[in-house]
Amino acid sequence: MALERPQSIKPSSQLTLLCAVLLLLSVAASIGLGAGAVGPLEAWSALGGGGDAQARLVVLTLRLPRTLIAVLVGLALAGGGAMLQAAARNPLAEPGLLGVSAGSATAVVIAIALGLGHLHIIVAIGGALLGCALVLGAARLSGRGDDPVRLVLAGAALASILAASSATILLFDQRTADEVRFWTIGGIAGRSLAQVMPALPAVGLGLIGAAVVARPLAALALGEQVARGLGQHPQLIRASVVGCVALLVGAATAMAGPVGFVGLVVPLAARWLAGPDIRRALPVALALGPSFVLLADTLARLVASPAETPLGVVTALIGAPVLVLVVRRQRLPSL
Amino acid sequence: MPNSTSAALAAHALRLAYRQSVVLDAVSVTIPAHQVTAIIGPNGCGKSTLLAGLARLHAPEQGQIILNGRAIQRLVPRELARQLALLPQHVLAPDGLSVADLVRFGRHPHTGLLRQWSPEDQAAVTDALHTAGLADLAERPLTTLSGGQRQRAWIAMALAQSTPLLLLDEPTAALDLGHQIEVFELIRTLTRAGKTVVMVVHDLVSACRYADHMIALRAGSVIATGAPRAIITPALIRQLYDVQCTLLHDPTDGTPIIVGAQRAL
Repeated sequence: MALERPQSIKPSSQLTLLCAVLLLLSVAASIGLGAGAVGPLEAWSALGGGGDAQARLVVLTLRLPRTLIAVLVGLALAGGGAMLQAAARNPLAEPGLLGVSAGSATAVVIAIALGLGHLHIIVAIGGALLGCALVLGAARLSGRGDDPVRLVLAGAALASILAASSATILLFDQRTADEVRFWTIGGIAGRSLAQVMPALPAVGLGLIGAAVVARPLAALALGEQVARGLGQHPQLIRASVVGCVALLVGAATAMAGPVGFVGLVVPLAARWLAGPDIRRALPVALALGPSFVLLADTLARLVASPAETPLGVVTALIGAPVLVLVVRRQRLPSL
Repeated sequence: MPNSTSAALAAHALRLAYRQSVVLDAVSVTIPAHQVTAIIGPNGCGKSTLLAGLARLHAPEQGQIILNGRAIQRLVPRELARQLALLPQHVLAPDGLSVADLVRFGRHPHTGLLRQWSPEDQAAVTDALHTAGLADLAERPLTTLSGGQRQRAWIAMALAQSTPLLLLDEPTAALDLGHQIEVFELIRTLTRAGKTVVMVVHDLVSACRYADHMIALRAGSVIATGAPRAIITPALIRQLYDVQCTLLHDPTDGTPIIVGAQRAL
């Protein structure tokens, strides 16, 4: 009988298999496909040390770092989105929509304009933290923090203000503009592994934090009073979530710029597959996030090939219709 | 798993306030162990606030609440959650949550990162489901249950906490007569098994029938405490609700019944 299961928070084996197959396929696509003349088979043999020098160069210095960054960004954004949605009890609480990514990006633009570009990752995390605090504060001040659409409106306003500030800075500062032009719409082309190393500990720390806070966060889904009755500290849980989300989204933004909708689409799919409990939805979101970003990034290389479409544009093209559907239907699994 | 340890709860000179407005002042009550205590009174008299105070959801301005000889402000939340379970009036669960999922949450105060799910936790969940008569519905989503079943599922979650004390805020609000009786009878069963139950109840007749002890509140003060048969009088009802009435007694068990109620002029 089902009751005999220990705690039934492990995803089913079919689901694990599905996620694994999807991840393998998307990694294969990311390594094998691209604007260059290097085909899938050639690319895979180059990875093993075979093939000609040009193929090895393309695969090892362009596609491989890109794949690794896409995996990290996918983990960070999907995890951050799932956590933020659970803590805000709002299926639309997406780091991109709420202005968390925009906060992070604006902070980075300001830092680069001030000549503090080397603090990239720390500034990005700080900006994400500030964005989180601002939007949650604004939603709380209005007294309707439970209204999903209102929170998103507050976030959209914040994101627009921040994007406008970044744009203004870039308008007046040509040097900064050149440095971040592609980055501000979100993209992971042309990054080297050395550039993303600083983001690695932030993603790791954020994910460890997420794993620790998932259990108490699950109790918060039953309401603040019930959670307190169960011996939890709702304030502490929310603060920890904000910390984790800032680490994850800040790191993702530092690597790829503000990439929207990953944190919306992937957790939505995860809840649909695994149910509303964050302890079940989070691992599934973390498994699906990298696949989603990998496929989006592969598309980004191919749609307008040989030109590069920004990753943020591709994720928005996929994610925005999903957002509209979710808002229209309102039969999304509520939190 | 009945817990028979004595768990009397007592409040001394309690003052509870929301911002500037004092809701309860100088309230001293004791909750007898292994009995059903009903908190009654008109709307806005502070019933739910008193219950929230007893469960430490609301920090007192003055006074203290004593549980097993210790002030509850001194207990860490998890320790308190092993002594006292609370079911608020308004609860909501995420869509798709099953009865068993909900009841497992009751084990939160007993499990943690370092203290993983054990056979003892599983036994507590199974027991709670049986006691609440939900064993057959364990895997059903909450949303597919009737109002009475859903309320019993929430009570089962509180039962899985394995606490000697259970605080329920209007456990039968919005339930029809049959479902009300279903829930009240479950509450009776619990005290027979050794639990102490404190509940806020709106319906005076049900409160009289199912409570062993009553606390009558009006405008933030306790105006009567004791067994229903001893304290429920036309004078008290007039004092509480500004209503004139006649009291009869149920021929089967002597429970007071209110008839001919009309607004006192």
